Amino acid sequence: MLRKHGYSAAELLTILSARQLSDGQVVFAGVGIPLLAATLAQRLRCPGLTILFEGGVIGAFIEPGKLPPSTNDQRCTKRANMVLGSAEVLLLLQRGYVDVGFMGGAQVDQYGNLNSSFIGDPARPKTRLPGTGGGNDIASLAHMIVAMKHEKRRFVEHVDFVTSPGYLRGGDTRRASGLLAGGTFRVVTDLAVFGFDADERRMQVMSLNPGVSREELQDNTGFVLAFAPHLGVTEPPTDQELELLRELDPDRLYTG
Amino acid sequence: MAAKDRKATGKAAPTYLELREELLRRDRSLRHKVVSLEEATSFVRDGDSVGIGGSTMSRTPMGMIWALIRAGRKGLTCSRSIVSSDGDLLYASGACDHVVTSWFSQGILWGVSKVMRHHVESGKVRYDEWSHMAMGMRFRAGAMGVPFMPIRSMLGSDVRKQRPEAIEFDCPFTGEKLLLVPALNPDVALIHVQRCDAYGNAQIDGLQFMDVDLAMAANKVILTTERIVSNDQIRRAPDQTKIPFFAVDAVVELPFGCAPHECYGVYEPMLRHMEYYVGLVNGDPVKGMQQYIERFVHGPKSWSEFLALIGIDELLEAARAGESIYDA
Repeated sequence: MLRKHGYSAAELLTILSARQLSDGQVVFAGVGIPLLAATLAQRLRCPGLTILFEGGVIGAFIEPGKLPPSTNDQRCTKRANMVLGSAEVLLLLQRGYVDVGFMGGAQVDQYGNLNSSFIGDPARPKTRLPGTGGGNDIASLAHMIVAMKHEKRRFVEHVDFVTSPGYLRGGDTRRASGLLAGGTFRVVTDLAVFGFDADERRMQVMSLNPGVSREELQDNTGFVLAFAPHLGVTEPPTDQELELLRELDPDRLYTG
Repeated sequence: MAAKDRKATGKAAPTYLELREELLRRDRSLRHKVVSLEEATSFVRDGDSVGIGGSTMSRTPMGMIWALIRAGRKGLTCSRSIVSSDGDLLYASGACDHVVTSWFSQGILWGVSKVMRHHVESGKVRYDEWSHMAMGMRFRAGAMGVPFMPIRSMLGSDVRKQRPEAIEFDCPFTGEKLLLVPALNPDVALIHVQRCDAYGNAQIDGLQFMDVDLAMAANKVILTTERIVSNDQIRRAPDQTKIPFFAVDAVVELPFGCAPHECYGVYEPMLRHMEYYVGLVNGDPVKGMQQYIERFVHGPKSWSEFLALIGIDELLEAARAGESIYDA
């Protein structure tokens, strides 16, 4: 699904997400694009990035072409610094050792809440989705980056079900519910990069991806968009980023 | 009191003294516990609460689950950190009508399990969703002999609203809001390990998931193991022993006991078989599952025959990949 630029939406999403990470951080990554983006950042710019997986891995170093089918597989442990129990690695989030949580979702709303549990009424669901996994724990306990494909049905005013909390109903509602730390600070899509304003805690566009107009973005979003005062344009993927990404995922397991 | 009886009496969980009495009734002496796979099924009764070790496609006790389905167990409530195709089989065979977990589908490579969807959306079965950490802390509380653990996740979410069993609580020390998640003490735990001795001293390589807490929380533990080793070998590396013999009630030697899933350092998942399986059952969750269960669960005479159906090429390939984790 190569667009006119010579890269796919999933590749763009992975590369832009990877740019959000900094060397020296401890990042808790979900399977799929978050895992791939963290690995890309680690290989390209951030050799001191420590990647955690919910299967119980500290300091993962994923091998090119050997992406794991889940974050609970043995491939996640190759060359890691430590393996530990699942509860133990999740408790690192609660204790505060994790700088960035990094995950995807089926549905996101204007306050950064994610749904990966139900489409439709939970009592009589149209679709029962797989559920939270570690997503709720990451979102509840760490500052978080969300990476997801931008589609109108995925970017909604209110999610059908809050699986992983963002800012709940905005303002102070997250803290008031007992979630004292963390919160989503970036949403990265194949169309734009978003942040959240400091008061209302509502999603706002920080930069548009190459070739994307405000109108196109709004047409693909289920709520009225706010734009940051100094709207930027995302730098397109470099050849180096694309080459390395294709080396990591030659079979297009996650970027297909 | 078995989970079924507790369901009937509306009682949520065993009391502390009931749990201790269950322990006292067990023969915890240093004795040989090796049984056949078929014999091991007698440790699980209809209606039991069953804790399943491993996570997603890793160290899943697939052989034991396979045997329980063949033995016709019904009405099980199954809890696990993350559920994969094991859950499809448990629902579709009628062995289980209630899954307690944090995530349920075959694997991220294959989208949403149509089998899980079919059963849950039609209202035939229950799927109780907890956060992954909440599952861990529920087993942890069970292992600790306390009725709950406090956590700081799930608060504010709809996952929490769906779970009235969890209670919001203001900390008596700090006044902070916490969520109390109830202990989970399954009637029986099914755990697959790389090696153990005939007494049940179990060594786990690589990822442990929630298995140690699960073993200590459960009222009974059935181990399946790639290999039974001597007690001398266990004693040479006691730091590798993760589950002590006195928590274990039965030991089954079952090579490739996680097939088609993974066993750390021994074999990776058998992805060709999984692709075939997912194609079949997600194409038609009812007929596809019937066909699969008929051919792969009830068809073979033994676990070895099931492995032969997966095919020697795929087993060897998975084993080569599994052992490669130890390559420099």
